[in-house]
Amino acid sequence: MTDPARRRVVITGLGPVTPVGVGLEPFWDSLTHGRGGVRPISRFDPVEAGLPVRVAGEIPDFVPGDWMEPKEVRRSDRVTHFAIAAARLAWQDAGEPDVDNARTGVMFSTGIGGLESLLKQHAIFLEKGADRVSPFMVPQLMPNASAGHVAMSLGFTGPNACITTACAAGAHAVGEALRWIRDGMADVCIAGGTEASVIPLTLAAFSQMQALTRSDDAEHASRPFDRDRDGFVLAEGACALVLEDAERAAARGARVYAEVAGYGASADAYHITAPEPEGLGAIQATQECLKDAAERPDAVDYVNAHGTSTQLNDAAETRAIKKALGDHAHRVPVSSTKSMTGHMLGAAGAVEAGVCALAVSRGVIPPTINYRNKDDECDLDYVPNEARTADVRLALSNSFGFGGQNAVLAIRRWGG
Amino acid sequence: MDKAELQDKVCSILSEQLAIPREKVTPEARFSEDLDADSLDLVEAVLALEEEFGVSIPEDEMEGVKTVGGAIDLVAQKTGANA
Repeated sequence: MTDPARRRVVITGLGPVTPVGVGLEPFWDSLTHGRGGVRPISRFDPVEAGLPVRVAGEIPDFVPGDWMEPKEVRRSDRVTHFAIAAARLAWQDAGEPDVDNARTGVMFSTGIGGLESLLKQHAIFLEKGADRVSPFMVPQLMPNASAGHVAMSLGFTGPNACITTACAAGAHAVGEALRWIRDGMADVCIAGGTEASVIPLTLAAFSQMQALTRSDDAEHASRPFDRDRDGFVLAEGACALVLEDAERAAARGARVYAEVAGYGASADAYHITAPEPEGLGAIQATQECLKDAAERPDAVDYVNAHGTSTQLNDAAETRAIKKALGDHAHRVPVSSTKSMTGHMLGAAGAVEAGVCALAVSRGVIPPTINYRNKDDECDLDYVPNEARTADVRLALSNSFGFGGQNAVLAIRRWGG
Repeated sequence: MDKAELQDKVCSILSEQLAIPREKVTPEARFSEDLDADSLDLVEAVLALEEEFGVSIPEDEMEGVKTVGGAIDLVAQKTGANA
């Protein structure tokens, strides 16, 4: 039983900025029709850069000036441009409610931060010297810049922070913002994640880890849980969620997508990048999340998997789901929307919390596309290739970061 | 380069660096009050001017410069442009 006096927190706005769509309806339309956003890399020539990678999830037509003043665009990195766009979209989607700015927080995460700006200035430093380095480099590269810019652009003076837990950062952002509201530090919070790391150095480094697919078949490159999966597809973008104290949302007659009912976090304490093979950290986070939501494993109707399309993650995650949900695991639809979006690193957890909120509120489970061949180690129902209509009361969103940091969110139907 | 040409060039660079429409960047315009430029903007703008004109503008010389006209004079002095 949850404490009846504990504040409950609902999602009242969503702002996805992703390779499958910018804004809620284009995003959801792509996901529910199985349309992926992975394409040949267009921002630079990967062959000229000597990279073994050919595809990524980019947002090539994104125009920062549509969301920010020209000066703010110049002073911030692409990672912040995505964050501002996502936050503005989410706030509009929530109906731009009147709020007490001091009681409104921003928790905006990233895995990496403004690396492109850092590299540009490093090149200038080496080529032209210390006295040519831009004074904007630090505010462009620092991971917490996005949270700061979102607060400036919307005027919120409540708690403001950034959690950097690699591929789990977006999920930790939602979970920690949930706690801010529960604990009374804020009444409303913009929670999100952002990433802009589709750049040659990052692709080179992830390639050296054998983490990325080398496929040149963009459409079929991201294939979570498929036997022939061979690495993830790096993607960029952001997503913001408006979290709101449920009573406050009800009082203003807000449209509610779903409740953020539970949050569990853990560490593998095993290896800096490889998942613990039995999924022990993931199991622990799932159990903590269900306890926090006061739900039993067999109440779960959908799992949005971390599902990166690497051999190690997808096998370990499958084992973890089976252990955490028991026999029920074989009856639960599990899908990886990274099959369509690619892996947006620190933004992924926020995107996927949004997916769960929409699955709950709209009764549709997006598929795992590119699923062709069954892997003996991955034997669950992955909602292959086509969306499914389903009554989803309770959804889990899994996020596991390099560093061994895990976060699981429980998203529950509100008022039903 | 004569001074009119230099003035035009400085104004164009400042317009781009400060993301302010070119017509607002006049010699009379004050950096802080009229062009919304903070100290970081000014450092960045000076870098661009140094790069364009191949001069060096030490921080202490820029400190007293409050207007676009002041920056034009400083660059003119450094480059020896005709007044």
